[in-house]
Amino acid sequence: MKPEALLHPTPAGLFCPIGRFHVDPVRPVERALITHGHSDHARAGHAKVLATRQTLDIMRLRYGDDFCSGEQAAAFGEEIDIEGVRVSFHPAGHVLGSAQIAIEKDGLRIVVSGDYKRGIDPTCAPFVPVACDVFITEATFGLPVFHHPDPKEEIAKLLTSLKQFPERSHLIGAYALGKAQRVIRLIRDCGYSEPIFIHGALAKLCEYYVGEGIDLGDIRPATIEKSSPAAFRGAVVVGPPSAFQDRWARRFNEPLIAFASGWMMVRQRAKQGGVELPLVISDHCDWPELLATIEEIGPSEVWVTHGREEALVRWCELKNIPARPLHLVGYEDEGD
Amino acid sequence: MKAFATLLDRLVFTPSRNGKLTLLADYFRDTPDPDRGYGLAALAGGLDLKGVKPAMLRDLVLERMDPILFQYSYDYVGDLAETISLVWDGGAKDTIDDEHQPRLGEVVTRMNSLGRTEVRSAVRDLLDRLDPSSRFAFLKLATGSLRIGVSARLAKQALSDMSGKDVTEIETLWHGLAPPYEPLFAWLEGRAEKPVLATPAIFHSVMLANPVEEGDLQKIDPLDYAAEWKWDGIRVQMSSYSGTKKLYSRSGDDITGAFPDIVAAINFEGVIDGELLVGGTVRSSSPTRTFSDLQQRLNRKTVTAKMLDEYPAFVRAYDLLFQGDMDIRARSFFERRDRLAGIIEGAPHDRFDLSQLVPFTTWEELDSLRIAPPEPVIEGVMIKRKDSPYQAGRLKGPWFKWKRDPYNIDAVMLYAQRGHGKRSSYYSDFTFGVWAETPDGEELVPVGKAYFGFTDAELEVLDKFVRDNTVDRFGPVRAVRAEPCFGFVLEVAFEGINRSTRHKSGVAMRFPRIARLRQDKLPRDADRLSTLTAMLGAKTGQG
Repeated sequence: MKPEALLHPTPAGLFCPIGRFHVDPVRPVERALITHGHSDHARAGHAKVLATRQTLDIMRLRYGDDFCSGEQAAAFGEEIDIEGVRVSFHPAGHVLGSAQIAIEKDGLRIVVSGDYKRGIDPTCAPFVPVACDVFITEATFGLPVFHHPDPKEEIAKLLTSLKQFPERSHLIGAYALGKAQRVIRLIRDCGYSEPIFIHGALAKLCEYYVGEGIDLGDIRPATIEKSSPAAFRGAVVVGPPSAFQDRWARRFNEPLIAFASGWMMVRQRAKQGGVELPLVISDHCDWPELLATIEEIGPSEVWVTHGREEALVRWCELKNIPARPLHLVGYEDEGD
Repeated sequence: MKAFATLLDRLVFTPSRNGKLTLLADYFRDTPDPDRGYGLAALAGGLDLKGVKPAMLRDLVLERMDPILFQYSYDYVGDLAETISLVWDGGAKDTIDDEHQPRLGEVVTRMNSLGRTEVRSAVRDLLDRLDPSSRFAFLKLATGSLRIGVSARLAKQALSDMSGKDVTEIETLWHGLAPPYEPLFAWLEGRAEKPVLATPAIFHSVMLANPVEEGDLQKIDPLDYAAEWKWDGIRVQMSSYSGTKKLYSRSGDDITGAFPDIVAAINFEGVIDGELLVGGTVRSSSPTRTFSDLQQRLNRKTVTAKMLDEYPAFVRAYDLLFQGDMDIRARSFFERRDRLAGIIEGAPHDRFDLSQLVPFTTWEELDSLRIAPPEPVIEGVMIKRKDSPYQAGRLKGPWFKWKRDPYNIDAVMLYAQRGHGKRSSYYSDFTFGVWAETPDGEELVPVGKAYFGFTDAELEVLDKFVRDNTVDRFGPVRAVRAEPCFGFVLEVAFEGINRSTRHKSGVAMRFPRIARLRQDKLPRDADRLSTLTAMLGAKTGQG
């Protein structure tokens, strides 16, 4: 069987015609397999959804109880039969509940990695390499310029800045699912035990992470109540980046804007966003990790999804690994 | 190198002056000699480092990298030094700790001791041994393109902040010292005596004037003061001693190379303060020319014979700091001026003249002179206390500047961008336009950008207008509604206007700021481009 007969791209997303299911579809479909809870991968409105329990929980938190009409939880490593296609979920190390999905039929196995990373992250299960014939990889940071530093060094920059500018509120932009909790956990691991204030958009997800056993320390809502900007003097505040351009940010004392993202690697990009303290912390692979993962898994073919496909495809060509871009649409470049 | 690289990374992203000062002072305090001295030189623009050509860097990176992958990377990043610092494959990313990276002092010494054929391998080796952010700092220094928004003055202010010494004292010493400034740091830290200058032919911090404000003149007696015309040139300081002749800008930048005509004509010893202008002196028959003519001569390292001929420069002297090697700054303004007059009398008449006093007896009389000056290149009057010593810095009282009212136009807000720091949640940078006839009919064309002049309360009003009336977004920029009967009219004040080929409108304002919010006006009442071009004509026509 040709791999394309088992799985191929369609306008709605990757589709398995034999099992009649989609992976991370961008439009409502009959049966969806979801890799993780980020909103560009996990959308509401599918009839049946198969995902890890944590991903299902996160979808319910974000979209409400009726996010689909029938859900099924997949445990890591469990084999599930869908119309004669064997499907299994394996940790991707991206965010809590994130999974790679292995799809197998007649001895041909394709692994859809979804978004993944190889670095240490105490807020989710680490990536497990799964042997396969076709490896479908993301390429969000698929350019040789991306080398993500040790996240603890980045947090050390934040702690230094708090000492240098003790009067300023340090506002850290971080996406609500995964990055925010990871950043808070990292700050704790670096020995900071003061209260950390969070934007309302983060509340439910932080609470969910804590319920799943990830200790975030003393987190408090960054609400004004009757307090003045002085109440947040020298405080660490975490919120979605969009909130910092909003009136919301005016409650803080001389805010110093930090942003935790892999994009912060490129100075001009950080500058354009008005960021004063870029923190290069990513939930995706950097370039060396992408290459190391492909070499470790050793697939006979690589398909590249969203991101900078052309550079990764070029590298595969130089290594004589057949590779092609899938040109999937609907996944956000900014999703880090 | 690591400490300097970390400092650069922070400075690049820190817009506020105070934030930069904190970062700089911490760096100077925590970094050992001689590294901090070389760091200081790099920031203040005085670091001499063997240059590296971009083409050689590109060759080096392609020794180890696929050209197509490099091209993808360069296209994405857009800056050669940054691209190379990021993609450089030294295989040592995790093996070199901060302690074992080359220090800034080592890098400078090593680079400057290299022969021409050794540069390539030395740069390769350094790139291998530095981490990405240090590689970036090194490449920026070696390619001579360090642009991080720190002036020499700011770096000196940080030295003052770290030591408690007066910035004027530091400024006074500055030009007598050289990197890595070890005697300077020893004195700043109280470990040694103040360094002694070998010659007075160095830059001395200048005395600055305060603008005349409401009520200022009622408190002082016109009899105690003298007035001079305020010429629209640039402030310079000439130093001449034992054959060393220098010309400095008001901030202490050495601009000797750009004005060989003036330097060659210096036939005196001492330090003179004055205005650099283009055209003819009072003692020659041709008139003083405009600031836009002077601009032809500014920001150049060298100058052609044609330039010298078409734009002859001269200095209109108004103060004397040293006569020979004698420091006379403590003497009165009138005494210094008398001594200056003697020197200028004996100096070449086409290159030097003495700033004339403007006789007056009452402030009202001076006001009427100020409003209608005899020449267009005059932008107001200077008022100086007759018995005042020459004191560096901007003291209130001895010197005032009383400018002609700045130019004003009514313009329409077209675009707004968010500010930085305290203003990061406010739309506080405004692009404004005026009406002009275009092939598509009457349209608003952008003529400038202003980001201050308004109060905090006015900023709230402006910000709300932007948020409520955004019609389009381009990255951080918002376009706002601007129609003949709906929009926001701003009264923009500015100091002058020049012809510009860079701006679509053909004009560029100097120092524009928002003078008033004109909510009483509709965009259709705003000024037209012809009003601005007329100001241009009036200025250059008479000049």
